[in-house]
Amino acid sequence: MPSVVELSDGLQNGYVLQTRGLTYRLPAGATLVSDLTLSVGKGETLVLLGRSGSGKTTTLKLINRLLEPSEGEILVSGRSTASWDPIQLRRGIGYVIQDTGLFPHWTVEKNVALVPKLERWSSKRIRARVIEMLELVGLPPAEFARRRPSELSGGQKQRVGVARALAADPPILLMDEPFAALDPVTRAELQREFRSLATRLEKTIVFVTHDVREALLLGTRIALLDRGRLIGTYSPQEFLDSTEPHVRAFVASLQAVEGLDQMQ
Amino acid sequence: MNWFDFLLRNRSEVLARSVEHLGLVAASMGIALLIGLPLGIALVRREQAQRWVLGAANIVQTIPSLALFGFLIPVPWIGGVGASTAIVALALYALLPILRNTCTGIAGVDPAVIEAARGMGMTERQLLWQVQLPLAAPVLLAGIRVATVISIGVATIAAAIGAGGLGVFIFRGVAMVNNQVILAGAIPAALLAVVVDLSLGAFQRSLAQR
Repeated sequence: MPSVVELSDGLQNGYVLQTRGLTYRLPAGATLVSDLTLSVGKGETLVLLGRSGSGKTTTLKLINRLLEPSEGEILVSGRSTASWDPIQLRRGIGYVIQDTGLFPHWTVEKNVALVPKLERWSSKRIRARVIEMLELVGLPPAEFARRRPSELSGGQKQRVGVARALAADPPILLMDEPFAALDPVTRAELQREFRSLATRLEKTIVFVTHDVREALLLGTRIALLDRGRLIGTYSPQEFLDSTEPHVRAFVASLQAVEGLDQMQ
Repeated sequence: MNWFDFLLRNRSEVLARSVEHLGLVAASMGIALLIGLPLGIALVRREQAQRWVLGAANIVQTIPSLALFGFLIPVPWIGGVGASTAIVALALYALLPILRNTCTGIAGVDPAVIEAARGMGMTERQLLWQVQLPLAAPVLLAGIRVATVISIGVATIAAAIGAGGLGVFIFRGVAMVNNQVILAGAIPAALLAVVVDLSLGAFQRSLAQR
């Protein structure tokens, strides 16, 4: 149970989501996340940037308790997630993953209605909310509500994934490389729309990516991870200016692409 | 007189034996499903136990049917000569395809779908009933189909231990050296198997298309 001091601390500093000394070890002994301390405020998009195996996805799964931390704790609205009922916690945290994970046997409408239905909203309220969400992500309900996921393109599927995550209006949104599997044009389109959506909705967002371009575009702050450790947290401008070697490596990869542009 | 006339003249007994035959199959399939489905679901995430149980079911499957009937007759409570022994033996045969397909069907559901379902706050029960079972249904049904067809076939041998069914004609015909009598059992039994197989197959395809 959280102490009164922690609770008021969480409310005072205004952070919706905090991790303190978060560590996750596999039973075999490998440490995937090591002593991670992060804070994310309301309306902020924190990007977890790192190469494969840096512990980004593990961190997300620790936040919604798909994994349990070995050490340290996570505070949601100032309250330790260990004291939450995991099911209730997850229904208050939107979750979008790279492979979308849409239920193939359900229509788009039913997929988007998932959490409101689990939360036993009235069917009238659910229907209105589904229409609102589909319009929000740019899928005309009349055309898309009755379709199955197999009748959607990759970009459309991910739009449904975002609509599903937002349906119950959760204060926190976790996004695990949601646009990584899309073609570059569709990706750019969804990134643009997501950026305006994020500013408009005032959600607290943790966004995982290995793409430094995406991190700079979408993040209000960027947390760079390397082999489970936090290298540092930067604003996009600080990130570009930093002399930290790991950051330099990422910025250099960005410049390599720009060098290619100049060649052509 | 050809076999068809014989079949027509004895239609009331053929019908009665067919009903008896289907009764054996239905009872044994009911028991096999009642045991196999929950057991299969329970085994999905227990790999060690799954190997043992499937191994045991596999051994049962390899015992020749007449031998299995023989083994069961001396067993108290379920044994003895008659339908109950046959039903137990048929249920044991049906167990392997049902167990195996329940396990593989549920294990075969896209891990991303499972992760999303858990991550969005479904309970394990909701996950099972709303996601895993519906998505595994075509594979599950394939197992039930195989089990039913095996059961219809093996049930003809049940007549040897006095359980009735269409096998009665076959054994009687062999004893009488009369092909017409044999065919009065063999043809309806074969038809039953084909019709059940085709209709379950059609149902399975309609499930897979959804």
